[in-house]
Amino acid sequence: MIHKFKFENYNFVVDTNSGAVHMVDDIFYDMLEHLDGNFFDYTENYIIKKLENKYSKEEIKETYGEILELKNKGKLFSPDIYKDLATPEKLSSPVKAVCLNVAHDCNMACKYCFASKGDFGCGKELMPLETAKRAVDFVIKNSGNIKNLEMDFFGGEPLLNWPVVVETVKYARKLEKIHNKRFRFTITTNGLLLDDEKIKFINEEMYDVVLSLDGRKEINDNFRVTRGGIGTYDAVVPKFKKLVDSRGDKSYYVRGTYTKENLNFSKDVMHIYNLGFNEISMEPVMCDEKFDSTLTEKDLELVLKEHEILLKKLIEMKKQGSKINFFNFNVDIEKGPCVIKRLKGCGCGNDYIAVVPNGDIYSCHQLVGEKSFKMGNINDGTFDENVKNKFLKTSIYHKEKCRNCWARFYCCGGCAAKNYTHLGDIMKPFDVACRMQKKKIECAIILYALT
Amino acid sequence: MKHVKTINKSDLKKSAVGGGCGECQASCQTASKVDNTVSNQKCER
Repeated sequence: MIHKFKFENYNFVVDTNSGAVHMVDDIFYDMLEHLDGNFFDYTENYIIKKLENKYSKEEIKETYGEILELKNKGKLFSPDIYKDLATPEKLSSPVKAVCLNVAHDCNMACKYCFASKGDFGCGKELMPLETAKRAVDFVIKNSGNIKNLEMDFFGGEPLLNWPVVVETVKYARKLEKIHNKRFRFTITTNGLLLDDEKIKFINEEMYDVVLSLDGRKEINDNFRVTRGGIGTYDAVVPKFKKLVDSRGDKSYYVRGTYTKENLNFSKDVMHIYNLGFNEISMEPVMCDEKFDSTLTEKDLELVLKEHEILLKKLIEMKKQGSKINFFNFNVDIEKGPCVIKRLKGCGCGNDYIAVVPNGDIYSCHQLVGEKSFKMGNINDGTFDENVKNKFLKTSIYHKEKCRNCWARFYCCGGCAAKNYTHLGDIMKPFDVACRMQKKKIECAIILYALT
Repeated sequence: MKHVKTINKSDLKKSAVGGGCGECQASCQTASKVDNTVSNQKCER
């Protein structure tokens, strides 16, 4: 399978099964229009007839020869040989990553919050230290031979339970030496409670930090407000700057969210960049249509166009030496993860779990509160493999729509939680998300090729 | 070749051999935390 697309005067071709990406001229691009991957003795004559009104016979023969050469090298129309790897036995993995919801409470009341203002609809609760320590023990015990373990302090707002964050990190650091493990901690924060002490600790201990900010002040303050309804831009931006300025080369992202109210979100990306942040991500709000500002299928065309507007700006900026890195256009075109990882997809319920303040274990932070995705409890030692088994049958080969999609080894099956939220079934890819994802992948390829 | 420039050396087929060590980052622990972005993950080998 191949996928071809154009950007300005450039033609791109992706060979799905090898991962090869080609930039081609017009005759090559036009010729692919008439080829389906099956080549016979008469194919060359067939192609000559199809294209002789536009190109010379010599050019056609030469180009056809190049297509055959790439095919023989396994870089074009390469066969799909991975299906046998997508068995539950081969995809089953030890648990290596925990989203630790240390606080089901928030000091903000963002209007689009998927976590129902922090408590996931389950009532406000902070995680006791003992539960957090048990989560550390759990991942060490269940991670098999995997050395690199991950723990993301999440919420709600994790800084509301700061002492537990600090003590959990110290506890894990002690154990990692004993068990030959390495913990990578990350934290996702709205920034309101950041101070010098927390910034120092985060910058010393956290492998990554995600800082929530939506961009322009008026955009941010429309949705990201305190419990009293006051915009938070002025309060958090100086703190984020202080954190990033003292972070050195360590990874961080300023993460924005866009809605129907800022379909021109490229301006928000640029605003964040102009504040002095190079690492930026931006995610769409797609939730219940009771929320007036949610994006729907009707907005899709404008959203996709805005991606192109942003892409053009990024190309221009990169050519001028800017270090801006837009997360959503990041695809490791050169190497990227192995095919096994791609078949595992996001790993939810398999190598990735979420643990909430009362110790309940869910297959994913987006599915917290959904009884059918509860896997057990850290405190009573229960862990139901049946939920895991369900996710082991959600690879791209288990979903018909994914099986025949050119983007299957990039998105790797998409977000199961998003499918469940929108269509009530983890096995049904949510089309709006798919179309956005495909656009982002194309943009990532273009950005890589042209800068 | 005159009509095509291959811009990467990616070979998924080769990655299937000995792959799946599990040491790379879980995709949902990255900056998105919502969307699946598996193909931006770095291989740890």
